[in-house]
Amino acid sequence: MTETATTPTTPFDELEQAYEALAQAIDRAGPHNEAVFLAKLALTLGQQLGSVAPFKEAIAMALQDLPARGGA
Amino acid sequence: MRPAGRGELDSLYFSYPTFAAKAVPELDGIASTHKVTIVGAGPIGMTAALTLARYGIASVLLDAKSTFNDGSRATCIARPSMQIFDRIGAVAPFVEKSLGWRHGRSYFRDHQIYRLEMPHSDDEKYLPMYNLQQQYMEQYLHDAVTAQPLIDMRWQSEVTGIATAERSAMLQVTSPLGSYALDSAYVLAADGARSPMRSMLGLRLKGENYEGRYVIADVQMDHDFPTERRAFFDPAGNPGGTVLIHKQPDNIWRVDYQLREGESEVDAVREDNIRARVGAILDDIGHTGPWALEWWSIYTANTLALDDYRHGPVIFIGDSAHIVPIFGVRGLNNGIADAHNIGWKLGYVVNRWADAALLDSYTPERRGATLDVFANAKKSTRFMTPPTRGWALAREAALSLAISHDFTRGLANPRQMQPYTYADSPLTRFPARDGEFTAGPVCGAAAPNVRLADGGHLLDQAGDGFTGILFSANTPSDEAADLLQDLAAADPKFTVHVILDLDGAIASTYGAGANTFYLLRPDLHVAGRWRSLVPDEVRRTLAAGLGDSAP
Repeated sequence: MTETATTPTTPFDELEQAYEALAQAIDRAGPHNEAVFLAKLALTLGQQLGSVAPFKEAIAMALQDLPARGGA
Repeated sequence: MRPAGRGELDSLYFSYPTFAAKAVPELDGIASTHKVTIVGAGPIGMTAALTLARYGIASVLLDAKSTFNDGSRATCIARPSMQIFDRIGAVAPFVEKSLGWRHGRSYFRDHQIYRLEMPHSDDEKYLPMYNLQQQYMEQYLHDAVTAQPLIDMRWQSEVTGIATAERSAMLQVTSPLGSYALDSAYVLAADGARSPMRSMLGLRLKGENYEGRYVIADVQMDHDFPTERRAFFDPAGNPGGTVLIHKQPDNIWRVDYQLREGESEVDAVREDNIRARVGAILDDIGHTGPWALEWWSIYTANTLALDDYRHGPVIFIGDSAHIVPIFGVRGLNNGIADAHNIGWKLGYVVNRWADAALLDSYTPERRGATLDVFANAKKSTRFMTPPTRGWALAREAALSLAISHDFTRGLANPRQMQPYTYADSPLTRFPARDGEFTAGPVCGAAAPNVRLADGGHLLDQAGDGFTGILFSANTPSDEAADLLQDLAAADPKFTVHVILDLDGAIASTYGAGANTFYLLRPDLHVAGRWRSLVPDEVRRTLAAGLGDSAP
């Protein structure tokens, strides 16, 4: 468990709201569209970040610790 | 449920007593009007009876059963409940037997992703949490009930009917010795989640049911691990589900595990399935020795409550008034706080120290606490048992990130029970005075404890009534002395403590300076506070605490 400095950070209660909004949005997208929805979301956030470096850092973080047997 | 060949009360470690029905005057046709009757002698009903006795109020305590509740049921006692057991003079055996704790760990698959550390300081008298099987809680409270001549405990006495009038209720009671009518000015319904009292009055709980189902099993085993809360998300021992493990006294371990989607409840509670599932979980946590199955049950999360906890002379306390999810251990603890809250208020009203209007503050205060529990429980339940694909996937992402990164770990916080602040209480008249302080408990908050030089604690010095804390390095002014005299005249149980040391730990914890005054309620929540004493406002605050509803 290493601490990673991510810039700039969202306060915890807002992260919690993001978590809840994400869960509900995945349900709205539906099982057939969840992957394309999540890819669209990531790309939109990549555009809003203003530069590609933090986006690549986020990709590395998200690729880390993926389960060998596949997740949910 | 218990393993095949063992009866409902056939425990591996606890001997259930059998309590006989009692010959009572009503059976001989001698009727009298009782002040308070409490229906249900579980932890909540007994806490209410013991609280009332603190104020000299006699009660009749009825229970349909002949012994304590089977199985261990509730197991976590939070600090505020220990404080209440202390206030009612019953805490000693709890401290002796229970296992105190303040830490926990959450795991995602093989990784520890969250370390729970509940807030604690050396000033506290009690730890944040204690584990103790419910039947021990009932035994210790029952010992205190038996020693209390004001409580008329009647086992094997079932309430089979009720007729209510504006100022009293007539209960129909059936015992093996016969049936009788019991007339009572007030009735406390502490008869649990399936409350027959609630049904008889035609009242319904309202709220939400959640999808996730859990099996709760107690096992006896020699297992070396500290008393901590352990939560496992998607462990090898229960793939796709969640597991919770708590240590209890007598080598008993509580294992809660989530059922898989589509798993039938009938199959889930079959003994061979319980043994297979629990065995896999114990294997996964590294337990290799023998273990014995003690008791199990099945559980679904609900957030349900009555709209109004009071129905004329009948007041609902504990699970009869609200059902909350187990995550966060608020079922028992919320009920104990109900019992104590109504206990002191009813004590004051029946003694005629307070106007009956004081009872109107019970529902807003305690239902407010329940709604707060719901808000927390909704979040923890969604994390423990994600209701849909979206919630499951979002949780998977948060947990996967939590393996190597800190920022999502807080989402796995179990949001354990914290003391509730009665923020909008009708008993708080001058909440704006909080603005004068830079520290200390706000109006409605539970008063914080402070360890004293002699090893005792500040709150031990509070009496059973309202308590004034005056910070004054010198002899109190004439104005303050007059006020204290008036407060003592209005509340026969009033006590005052003058804190002379304005640079000490108490003054610092309470954010106090010269002439600061706190008025604590009998349940040790703050009724009001003034950075510099305002006698008229203090008088009006005490009046509100005694049921004066004038603004």
